[in-house]
Amino acid sequence: MKIHEYQGKEIFRRYGVPVPRGIPAFSVDDAVKAAQSLGGPVWVVKAQIHAGGRGKGGGVKLARSIDEVRDLSGKILGMQLVTHQTGAQGQKVRRLLIEEGADIRKELYAAMIVDRASQRVVLMASSEGGMDIEEVAAKTPEKIHRVTIDPVKGLTDAQADDIGRKIGIPEASLAEARAVFEGLYRAFDETDASLAEINPLILTGDGRVIALDAKLNFDDNALFRHPDIVAMRDLDEEDPAEIEASKFDLSYISLDGDIGCLVNGAGLAMATMDVIKLYGGNPANFFVFGGAATTEKVTEAFKIMLRNPHLKAILVNIFGGIMKCDTIAEGIVGASKAVSLKVPLVVRMKGTNEDLGKKILAESGLPIITANNMAEAAEKVVAAARGERK
Amino acid sequence: MSILVDKNTKVVTQGITGKTGQFHTRMCRDYANGRNCFVAGVNPKKAGEDFEGIPIYATVRDAKQATGANVSVIYVPPAGAAAAIDEAVDADLDLVICITEGIPVRDMIRTRYRMQGKRTLLLGPNCPGVITPDEIKIGIMPGHIHRKGRIGIVSRSGTLTYEAVAQVTELGLGQSTAVGIGGDPVNGLKHIDVLKLFNDDPETDAVVMIGEIGGGDEETAAEWARDNMKKPVVGFIAGVTAPPGKRMGHAGAIISGGKGTAQEKLAVMEACGIKVTKNPAEMGKLLLSVLK
Repeated sequence: MKIHEYQGKEIFRRYGVPVPRGIPAFSVDDAVKAAQSLGGPVWVVKAQIHAGGRGKGGGVKLARSIDEVRDLSGKILGMQLVTHQTGAQGQKVRRLLIEEGADIRKELYAAMIVDRASQRVVLMASSEGGMDIEEVAAKTPEKIHRVTIDPVKGLTDAQADDIGRKIGIPEASLAEARAVFEGLYRAFDETDASLAEINPLILTGDGRVIALDAKLNFDDNALFRHPDIVAMRDLDEEDPAEIEASKFDLSYISLDGDIGCLVNGAGLAMATMDVIKLYGGNPANFFVFGGAATTEKVTEAFKIMLRNPHLKAILVNIFGGIMKCDTIAEGIVGASKAVSLKVPLVVRMKGTNEDLGKKILAESGLPIITANNMAEAAEKVVAAARGERK
Repeated sequence: MSILVDKNTKVVTQGITGKTGQFHTRMCRDYANGRNCFVAGVNPKKAGEDFEGIPIYATVRDAKQATGANVSVIYVPPAGAAAAIDEAVDADLDLVICITEGIPVRDMIRTRYRMQGKRTLLLGPNCPGVITPDEIKIGIMPGHIHRKGRIGIVSRSGTLTYEAVAQVTELGLGQSTAVGIGGDPVNGLKHIDVLKLFNDDPETDAVVMIGEIGGGDEETAAEWARDNMKKPVVGFIAGVTAPPGKRMGHAGAIISGGKGTAQEKLAVMEACGIKVTKNPAEMGKLLLSVLK
């Protein structure tokens, strides 16, 4: 789960990671009041969306007067902010963060992730802040420093100071940097974060170390023990189809193709998308079907896929193990009738009670196209999406 | 022979009294030698009772002492699953198989930390389990698609393992052992560990290795195989079309910071002498081509 920058900064404050004074705003009036209450002479108006690259996209602006705060807030609120992470259609800005200006001497970078190879949390930091860190990693990997954190001891003072020195923190500011790194680790650990990124982390003119940005993602599997974080969820930032699917415990991701896929199991679902692409088609989604295959559930799944106006065909690929093919076939037939399915439907089912399942599909009177293996299914669905019938 | 488990394995089931545990314990008990293999269950509140004749103990340690169980399988819900692994490790079992999906990563980091220096192996979590056809099935895979044979299978994904198993079975070849290592980012046995076991197993002739986007485990395994593997390995990686930054169902299936793409994994595997296919319907065919 993702949250906004201003919410991330609230969490940072709780763990002693210094951030600029700032107030979130949901309207231009809010923004003006926030700026007045913060006091001048300089404010930063920051668009709050769940995507990076906001500055480059024109969503972060400096204001030197209250009038300018009003003007910029009016322009940014409601805009479709396009960044390298939003896709071409961009993301509508509904919230702002109004912050005091900062006196930046140097821009640095800090991040925390779970490193799969060492099975530990790793702190990464670099003297090259502010820019795209993936570019730094590609061009000058020696400028990214890493420290592996012991889950029992936590990040030690010695580790924090060492990485602080490596990224060019002056001796006089090392204690400040230590507070940032150690606070960041405690925040990461205690909130079950999956990613924490501060870009830029800044050194100010008077030697303070401050998180100018805050990006926090959380482990979805741990949200059950963090109701306070769940309360920060902003549904406006999520895909409505994905939200709808999650209500039925289904895992759905929208893609930009025109062939809907419904598959049991994540690996098989990815493989199904891949094989569609291999045969010249484009998947419209990733959709994992789990649990009991009731008619109601398959109907909901079809409805979610049919929300996509570009959908030209559907491929259902099921490897019936514990899930029985005849039960699924009944679900598919019931759902096709319930939604009066207009797009071609290709079904490949394999495994437990396969023959029974195929019989149910054949006797349904519906124009369901069946396939015996994944390749055949992909070929048929690609042809169907093009209006051909194989 | 086989790897990890065979007809003489004695299994204790943690979470045997839950709905999932009950269902799969029945299916496993009814497969091949299951009746002799599934010897105990654990539930601290139901010690002294039994599940359809399988005695229930308060702890894994008690179960091991009373029945000689050397392997455990876990169906405990996510919030308590890491603690269940810890308990099995503390009881010094040979192998712990954790089926549970949805364990917080933070819990797994601590559990893996505790396992350092211990001899117990962990399979999973978030995995289908392991099966040695005609001998023993431990986990949630459908038994009937398997057939005894000499092909080893290792995969992160459940249903994709079944897909490979079915293709191998249709060719009339069959499996020595099929191992699902699970889709979580912090787990126990990895591709490389399972390849090593298959390499040393005289009854395995070749291996199908299936991976997916996220992490670098497939690359590590491929590099090891290049220098050490005595048997042919063929592979498939799911997720060529997966968009970056999105978690594709499995917690570990995510391309982050441009790392862990299927293209990268396929390239490394090929460079290391592993034949790969981009068509998941042709894993069996590819295998056949290296056996000749």
